[in-house]
Amino acid sequence: MKGTGIGKRRGTRWGNRLLAAHGVAGYLFLYLPIVILVIFSFNASRHSAVWRGFTLDWYGKLFADRAIAVALKNSLIVAGCSTLISTVFGTMVALAMERYKFRGKLAFDALLYLPIIIPDIAMAVMLLLFFVLTKTRLGVISIIISHAAFNISFVAVVVRARLAYFDISLEEAAQDLYANEWQTFRRVTLPLIMPGILGGALLAFTLSIDDFVITFFTAGPGSTTLPLRIYGMLKLGVTPEINALSSMMMVGSMILVMLSLLLQKGGGGRIEIV
Amino acid sequence: MATQPRSRRESWRLMFLIFPSLFWLLVFFLIPLVIVFAISFGQRGTYGGVVWDLTLENYARFFDPLYLRIFGRTVMIALTTTVICLLTGYPLAYFIATRPPRWRNGLILLLMIPFWTNFLVRTYAWLLLLRDAGLINTFWTGGLHNVLVWVAAAVPLPIWDPLLQATSVHLPLFGTSGAIIVGLVYAWLPDMVLPCYAAIERLDYSLVEAAQDLYANRFKSFTRVILPLTMPGVVAGSVLVFIPSLGAYVTPDLLGGAKSVMIGNVVYAQFMSARDHPFGAAISFVLMTVMLIGTLIYFRAGRE
Repeated sequence: MKGTGIGKRRGTRWGNRLLAAHGVAGYLFLYLPIVILVIFSFNASRHSAVWRGFTLDWYGKLFADRAIAVALKNSLIVAGCSTLISTVFGTMVALAMERYKFRGKLAFDALLYLPIIIPDIAMAVMLLLFFVLTKTRLGVISIIISHAAFNISFVAVVVRARLAYFDISLEEAAQDLYANEWQTFRRVTLPLIMPGILGGALLAFTLSIDDFVITFFTAGPGSTTLPLRIYGMLKLGVTPEINALSSMMMVGSMILVMLSLLLQKGGGGRIEIV
Repeated sequence: MATQPRSRRESWRLMFLIFPSLFWLLVFFLIPLVIVFAISFGQRGTYGGVVWDLTLENYARFFDPLYLRIFGRTVMIALTTTVICLLTGYPLAYFIATRPPRWRNGLILLLMIPFWTNFLVRTYAWLLLLRDAGLINTFWTGGLHNVLVWVAAAVPLPIWDPLLQATSVHLPLFGTSGAIIVGLVYAWLPDMVLPCYAAIERLDYSLVEAAQDLYANRFKSFTRVILPLTMPGVVAGSVLVFIPSLGAYVTPDLLGGAKSVMIGNVVYAQFMSARDHPFGAAISFVLMTVMLIGTLIYFRAGRE
């Protein structure tokens, strides 16, 4: 079907110029605010929106801040644990859903999709009421449980997309060559779907480390994560320190995106941006 | 291909694969969902607990003028956000789709990078621009005002007076519905562009050429051929923008003031300050229902 795509379109000269101008304006709109945010993280003035010279002070302050170090540690623990749980469980359930038919599959499929669809504030309310009712102590554990509850679904979707392109005859070939089921899984299936699993894990990690609303509702004393810390700082007033922290977090998420794209590309599969 | 388990061994394996996720989602998702539903029919206790006294009062409270107004504003903000995203996102998707193939992936990636940035950070970026002591107002009452003073001194004309007056006070940007809409458009624009792009890129352009051979002008070939064929992308994008806008909490909290409260803030208040859990549960349940309807529309659009 190559050559019949919209790329062949030949608009009027002014139409094309207008379209290009709109495209440039669109990307400016997306990038200007965050670029300005980064620039002002190097501004020497504490209170003003006027440039008063270059400084790295705010980054220095950031690295010396104990509370931020604790928040970063909590964020990494929460993201690490919830990613581990959701990657293992999500991959398992993806294998089951792609390979088998069973009674109640449609209902289970719906249940698996719901956490992706439901607005985060509703999910936050649900989990908070559940923890209050079961008298679970709010803290790192309750946050991990909550993050895994939505991340299992995201991992399952990504891994299933990968499995959909999986050539089952490769497994049959391995078994013809006397590999047992475990060997087949370990040596053939797992390496082939690994890019999907890693992609799902990175997505889960990103979603967990970025989540604010659900964490906010299910956190307790001493379990402040980075987004909660930023929010707390924001409520006290705008400071260049927040700019510095935001810029660092932005760099972090960009690295995660690049990693996930590289991993998914490396597997020879098509790029799947969720 | 998915098959029925063929042996007892395979049945056991299926159960082993499903059990952990099933358990997790049942206990930490489905049961909480049922709890919210149950509590939404309860009553607020004197000290903030829940009294199990069946009532529809929490749902009836929606019709209180105060909440009706907030709900109306929320829907208006979400709709406006969706329309702006559509009017700017569709041409942007069209722009990307009409670039040479080797450019397209890069442009899509460029679209995704802000999207993957922390939501709070992205909202904060707009707070920096829009607040009273922010960048836009600093320019307005500082730089621009000073230039005007200088010009007015050099060329004394009466036309400068209203401009001088206007730039002497800051613009009311922060704490308005407008600020919330800007923040939401910024947050969800990529959600509109991606499905529109997917639909436009897939479009078989020979159909447009056929329309033009049949003397359709540019406008007609757009409204009669391109737009209908890319409608699934438009619907999908609109739902993807509308749903999170309706349930927004962070954006109105940071960019809207006390006067521009959205339904998400009301839910939040029921748990963090008012301690009226049953009412909060009822609002969340209504929100969820609206989202589910939206999602059904989305899947319908995807199937077509």
